[in-house]
Amino acid sequence: MTHWLIAPIVLPAMLAPFIVLAARYHIGIQRVFSLVGVLALICIAMGLAWSASDGTILLYQLGDWAAPFGIVLVGDMLSTLMVLLTAVLALFVLLYAIGSGWDDRGPHFHALFQFQLMGIMGAFLTGDLFNLFVFFEVLLIASYGLMIHAGGNSRLKAGVQYVLFNLLGSTLFLFALGAIYAETGTLNMADLAVRGTLIAPEATVGIRVAAVLLLLVFAIKAALVPLHFWLPSSYAEAPGPVAALFAIMTKVGAYAIIRVYTLVFPPQLEATTGLHGVWLLPAALASLALGMIGVLAAKKLDRLVAFSVIGSMGMVMIAVSLFTPEGIAAALYYIVHSTLAGAALFLIVDLIKSSRASLGLTAMPVVAGATLTGSLFFVGAIAMAGLPPMSGFLGKLIILDAARDSALAVWVWTIILCSSLVAIVGFGRAGSVVFWKATSNAVPDETPLPIPHPLSFVAIGGLIALLAAHTVFGGYAHAYAIATADQLFAPEPYISAVLGTPGKLSTPMEGH
Amino acid sequence: MEMLVASAVGIMTAAGMYLVLRLRTFPVILGVALLTYAVNVFLFASGRLIVGSAPILRYGVDVYADPVPQALVLTAIVISFGMTAVVVVISLGSYLGSDDDRVNDVPDEEDAA
Repeated sequence: MTHWLIAPIVLPAMLAPFIVLAARYHIGIQRVFSLVGVLALICIAMGLAWSASDGTILLYQLGDWAAPFGIVLVGDMLSTLMVLLTAVLALFVLLYAIGSGWDDRGPHFHALFQFQLMGIMGAFLTGDLFNLFVFFEVLLIASYGLMIHAGGNSRLKAGVQYVLFNLLGSTLFLFALGAIYAETGTLNMADLAVRGTLIAPEATVGIRVAAVLLLLVFAIKAALVPLHFWLPSSYAEAPGPVAALFAIMTKVGAYAIIRVYTLVFPPQLEATTGLHGVWLLPAALASLALGMIGVLAAKKLDRLVAFSVIGSMGMVMIAVSLFTPEGIAAALYYIVHSTLAGAALFLIVDLIKSSRASLGLTAMPVVAGATLTGSLFFVGAIAMAGLPPMSGFLGKLIILDAARDSALAVWVWTIILCSSLVAIVGFGRAGSVVFWKATSNAVPDETPLPIPHPLSFVAIGGLIALLAAHTVFGGYAHAYAIATADQLFAPEPYISAVLGTPGKLSTPMEGH
Repeated sequence: MEMLVASAVGIMTAAGMYLVLRLRTFPVILGVALLTYAVNVFLFASGRLIVGSAPILRYGVDVYADPVPQALVLTAIVISFGMTAVVVVISLGSYLGSDDDRVNDVPDEEDAA
């Protein structure tokens, strides 16, 4: 048994206290350790993704206890893909935070950042539902700290809403877990997948309630309409790099839905048939429509990007809620795109914020470094709105193609195509007001705001370059997504790897 | 006993839900606390209600209480306690900073104009 699978959790978990304890007053040392940690994390994540890419299920039993009794970490293609995506995103966000000086505007940015990474990695790797709850809490409690990093009244106010909403979500999560445990007597996902099929058709009330409660919890995390209300003000008020890192947090919700509703409650499971399939797709369509209308209606640039994140989560959830291998593959391709594009846009908004009086969409004097910022915004907006040649366009095509056989195919096509048009108008309006109308205003005499640090541009450029690579190598990326989806829809190797691997307690002794 | 536990969970959830829907942070935080109490009791009950039996398998013991929910509830108590502390600190900071402890979104001047 190799120990590498737990490294993405242990490394940040060790690094964060070290940064707090040993490098508390030295921002330089903190930066070095944080960067080195994230680089190491990328190497580990690449190694894990490589060893899982041939369909192997990586398994790590904590304390060598066998599966239903002990907690396991499982790395299949989906988990390792998400871990790699998180690590890569973290690198660019960290570069931006260092370049823009955000990490120095309040204490403990790097420590909280590492704790946040630990929680996200754990949520992606765990094979146990209660452990998933614990890692959700780890990532949330770090995100509370990051969300109110550098303080300010409006940020604290948004922070209170964010924390309260997530506390309610956590309570709901516990209710769902209690109900699942009461019905099945286990919380290990692979074990649940086996026991779910054993439930008698007349005794499915409890498990059906639990399945819907659990879906609600993940839908809150994924900001699915009508559970999206926490997202716009939290993401808009959070510091730029933090909002960019939060781009992966909505995907944690999408990941959990994909994992639980292909493994534990798969569409063909009789006990929960006709539950989530009925209203998940309409809710996802509503998210997409509402998000893109929000893009058009937003009066400030940060809200605009927050609403575009809701819209792109709607797009992801449309593909997920088809619950076909094609749909999940399309969702995975789009998740990578949407994470990178959302993060890039939040960083660009922060660039504009640092060189402009406010983010209101009214004509103001030229922003510093407008040419470069403007072109980055242009590319980011194209990617988010899903125009060719960026990966958003390819992702949308794949989703449209996957939805062809759905009963609601007409609705899916109509809403995706119309909302794309609305998003293009919204982004076009925002970009032209911020960057083009500016020249008609006289530049005031006061000293111009400083041009942002080159490292900020490197970070955003890196994200854009990744988006370009995701487009150019779209064929390979999509092939990998298809292989991942096929693995999700054939869960037998996963289940047998988790339950069949020997460990302590795996063979009960005589007389017990 | 089933009736007692079930009504405790139900009443605490209802009261918590009512308080969570209030406008000021203090009742909302109390509501969240009540909800976490309710969920803790609920988690206990998820392992079936048994009085006075061994929590760990032993020779010669046929009826035993399920130990897993007790471990789960311990984790849940610790986490919810920590989270409540965090939300108290953040909302205190927000209240002291802006002299306003409402939890709703107040439209800022730019939007109102």
